[in-house]
Amino acid sequence: MAVDWGPTATLETLRERARLLAEVRGFFAERDVWEVETPVLGHGGSTEVHLASLSTEAATSAGRERLWLQTSPEFAMKRLLAAGSGSIFQLARSFRDGEVGRRHNLEFTMLEWYRPGLGLEALIEETAALVARVLGRDPGPLRRRRYRELFRDALGIDPFTESLEALRRLAGERGGLSMADSDRDGCLDLLMSFVIEPTLGRDGLDAVVDYPASQAALARHHRDPEDGARVASRFELYLDGLELANGYDELTDAAEQRVRFTEDNLARRELGLPEVDVDARLLAALESGLPEGSGVALGLDRLIQLALGKASVAEVIAFATPRC
Amino acid sequence: MANYSTNEFKGGLKVMLDGDPCSIVENELVKPGKGQAFNRVKLRNLMTGRVLEHTFKSGDSLEAADVMELEMEYLYTDGDMWYFMKTDGSFEQYAVEKRALGDTGKWLKEQVPYTLTLWNDNAISVAAPNFIELEVTETDPGLKGDTAQGGSKPATLSSGAVVRVPLFINEGEVLKVDTRTGEYVSRA
Repeated sequence: MAVDWGPTATLETLRERARLLAEVRGFFAERDVWEVETPVLGHGGSTEVHLASLSTEAATSAGRERLWLQTSPEFAMKRLLAAGSGSIFQLARSFRDGEVGRRHNLEFTMLEWYRPGLGLEALIEETAALVARVLGRDPGPLRRRRYRELFRDALGIDPFTESLEALRRLAGERGGLSMADSDRDGCLDLLMSFVIEPTLGRDGLDAVVDYPASQAALARHHRDPEDGARVASRFELYLDGLELANGYDELTDAAEQRVRFTEDNLARRELGLPEVDVDARLLAALESGLPEGSGVALGLDRLIQLALGKASVAEVIAFATPRC
Repeated sequence: MANYSTNEFKGGLKVMLDGDPCSIVENELVKPGKGQAFNRVKLRNLMTGRVLEHTFKSGDSLEAADVMELEMEYLYTDGDMWYFMKTDGSFEQYAVEKRALGDTGKWLKEQVPYTLTLWNDNAISVAAPNFIELEVTETDPGLKGDTAQGGSKPATLSSGAVVRVPLFINEGEVLKVDTRTGEYVSRA
């Protein structure tokens, strides 16, 4: 059988991609946000329960060590922020085990940036401006959509107060599977992915805000004005039914961060998932002081896919995972 | 049999779903950035040929189906069953029911190799080769000089299939036919 050695993206697309990367760099240069490069490998990894990290073993000056491939450049960039970098961005190759498909590639390019002193609202505006710049056109109005309102409108339920039993029934019906042993967030994730997400970002950009507190490990929390429920200072940006970016008003409290890492690993143990080494250097950096501010991670391959009108990320990546 | 987890799913993998053997057509990951992952999977039910969509939580697994595809020559029918023989020199024969034969029944010709799908060693479907050569047993007389007109007429072939053929085709001619579309290709 013939070996598929050629690229999964056309050369014309790859040239366009190169041009869009230059646009991204231009966008940040104009805003005085400087580009950094941090290691793909680290001694600690992401403990997020639903992110599967890859790891490797390497001989280093400390002997043979286990090193984690980053799921995003967040931890290293926060250490630069704590060291006083100011606003920074990175085009970082990131890795998530098992994530391969039309919208996913095992290794992908995360465009991540941090803005000390900038609030979440201003970051939403800036992210929308970056998206428009890369698209090369006006994507339409930027709308704020509260997580809670989305569920009320689409499903007639309050995601914060609905009983677990009712959530399981609804998610099971909508997904056509048994959700009997799923937790609240699992049910909400299904409803978000299968019912709500496909409707988002049509004729405009949708910034979903005020997530349940349980769905943002590294974000600050605030009180929902409606009834004081704890919500996360997080946003997700959607265009054409695609989740493009995830931003936080960043958690700067080292003790709180340590607790959330520990809780993640406990949850991992209960689910039979491997525990991940906690990034002690990140915690130390937070203890020394992280400037207040916000940060966002954007899946650049997806944005380029939309900019160039392609049907999958594989069509904008030189050698997508199945052919790497 | 072994079990396959969703992250081992790929096109062509044979698994059991609700008691029927199925072949995976497509496996799409659905996952919010940091949320729980699901797999939206398209499967072909090998008993009915129907394609269905099913959602799994990532990490769920399905039992493997003992399904094999083998090339066999068609031998004969006794009216109840259709008999095929392995082409590996073993002379081993398989009897196929009408239900498993399905639409392929109208494309049968002795000594032509077909692809039989076996589940637990029973034939559950038969696929004809993409192109087959069959003799015209019945059609209206050919019209001379009509090769350019592009008209067509029905013709019955030796296997029983009826296909549209150009007006110049006569009984007794052997034609090449595409079994996937049921369309005339050329004179053989």
